[in-house]
Amino acid sequence: MDKIIGNFGLLLEFPVVNIKILLDGLMIGALFALAAYGLALVWGVMNVKNLAQGDFVIAGGYVAWWLHGFGMPALFGVPAAFVVLWVVGYVCYRLIITRVIERDLFTSLLATFGIAIMMAQILNLLFGSDTQSIKLPYETLYFFDGFVDVPIAKLIGVCMAASLATAVVLFMKFSRMGQAIRATSQDARAARVLGIDTEKVYSFTFSLNAAICGAAGAIIVMVWLIQPFYGITYAVRSFVVVTAAGLGNLPGVIAAGLGIGVLEQYGSHIFGIGYQQAIAVLLLLLVLVVRMLQQRRSRQALK
Amino acid sequence: MKYLKIPFYLALMAFIVAAPFLFPAFKTQLATLWLMIIVALTWDMTGGQMGYNSLGNIFFYGTGMYVCAIVGIGIAFNVGEYTNASGGGIYTFTDAQYFGGVLLGCLAAGLFCSLMAVLVGFITFGLRGPYFAIGTLGVAIAAGELVSNWEWVGAGQGIAMPVYPYDLETGKVFFYFLFAGTGVVLFVFLSWLYRTRFGAAINAIRDDEEKAEAMGIHTLRYKLTAWALSAFFVGVAGAISAYQLIHFEPLETAYQTINLGIFMVVCVLLGGKGTLWGPVVGAIVFHVFKEVTWNYLLGWQWVALGALIVVTVVFFQDGIMGWLRVKKPEWFGIRVETSSNDATGAAR
Repeated sequence: MDKIIGNFGLLLEFPVVNIKILLDGLMIGALFALAAYGLALVWGVMNVKNLAQGDFVIAGGYVAWWLHGFGMPALFGVPAAFVVLWVVGYVCYRLIITRVIERDLFTSLLATFGIAIMMAQILNLLFGSDTQSIKLPYETLYFFDGFVDVPIAKLIGVCMAASLATAVVLFMKFSRMGQAIRATSQDARAARVLGIDTEKVYSFTFSLNAAICGAAGAIIVMVWLIQPFYGITYAVRSFVVVTAAGLGNLPGVIAAGLGIGVLEQYGSHIFGIGYQQAIAVLLLLLVLVVRMLQQRRSRQALK
Repeated sequence: MKYLKIPFYLALMAFIVAAPFLFPAFKTQLATLWLMIIVALTWDMTGGQMGYNSLGNIFFYGTGMYVCAIVGIGIAFNVGEYTNASGGGIYTFTDAQYFGGVLLGCLAAGLFCSLMAVLVGFITFGLRGPYFAIGTLGVAIAAGELVSNWEWVGAGQGIAMPVYPYDLETGKVFFYFLFAGTGVVLFVFLSWLYRTRFGAAINAIRDDEEKAEAMGIHTLRYKLTAWALSAFFVGVAGAISAYQLIHFEPLETAYQTINLGIFMVVCVLLGGKGTLWGPVVGAIVFHVFKEVTWNYLLGWQWVALGALIVVTVVFFQDGIMGWLRVKKPEWFGIRVETSSNDATGAAR
């Protein structure tokens, strides 16, 4: 308890520390927002709540890390993870997801939970259970007498996340396929009547989601740590963001993603690093309770 | 069928009592099987009968373990000092302290878990369908992470429980009968409960909650009661496990979200959701399959588990009992129109 108060006092005593935590949180939050955007896409278009989201992220990280082990430049890992996870997502869709779209939501939830367990264990068998990361050969910038350190690697990671997000948004807006995806999410039946091959749209959407997650993971491995069993917390974070922001609300997803990043950094600063996973999950419960109370005011339940 | 029922149940009871002596090498295995049956039956209370699919019932298992440990140790020693010494061997329990701890620990665990179910349920039962599943999963993960940071109960190292004071083999029989007794009581209780108005009410909630509410069923009260009842038995099972396993730690044993926490769901889906015998059959099939194949998979067993979940959910969701109900409806007392009726119907 004293430690917690001490950590809290530190924030007030040295306001610069706040800037560091804020920056760290925003950088991490950008990646959360990316994974959450993929979840919102799948959720909105095909009404599948994907619990394997976090394991796609971690798998992408391992693809980048593995290629880096062969001497590939680290930044090359991002497009590589994008492509590999696209294939993984497509296989998952063809084998499993296509059979659960029409079923009730618990079926898809449990089926994707099964995929999540499988992927985490396969990664564990292939790469071992140690935490891994890629050290980039870039310098670190220091501000405020060294209180705030910003590794250039992290800045690059954030820029890549931002450009990937922009590319996806533009794709959704202007390309033929993007329009078909949006039409399907509005009304799948009407889209089918108008000649859109919804099956193709679904498989494309799910593969795209997996690929976005993979790219996010490849960035995360450069700026943070990955481990085969960290997946479920990324899935939980994605759920927090989407539940807080709602579907089809892109600014909301970005804001919520950045917000949860900042909150987590503050939480782990105040309570200690051991609570980081717990904070991510407790935020989920908090968001669920708030949403539920909002719904209850209009005499409805969160479905 | 009717006349066979009483001899069948008598034979079953005789087998349950004789099992640990017939298969002395498998005493612990059989006890674990009973644990699976208990958690599967309790999961089915909310998941199958009430339509609220919880992924976090393991929360009550872990909480039961810890409450039992705190009570069982607390009646004899200071818990903080005990966990600080990691059991250490300097603490010896008398017989009265040990068995008193088991009894009080189990009761306290069950009651505390029921209380927790009511408190947590006030929040989570406002959520429906997938949100309920994710919310309860969140509760279980959060509890595990918080307990693993709590020094007083041994943090990440867990707690070493007192050891059974007599011969270890009789200890195994003792725990087998604790589990089996709880399981039999639970089964009899449920077979009575599902026939009462209460059973009808929770089935109505499953089928259409809005209509059930419109018919005057106080849904929240029923949901909380059902979850509290199931939490009681999971808590007791957790408490017995705490004494049986001797040592447990928070993330891998107590709040084991992806092991037992998901096994219970798979057992129920495999056996058949919303039936009385389904969870029992599913637990037996799953446990036997797991124990027979686990050792030969060399690390791939968890991948196989994930695949089993996916296959069960996607292709075989009605489970064994659901499949039987379609194939042999007369076993379930469902009367089927005979083919001659069909023929006349078609002729008309």
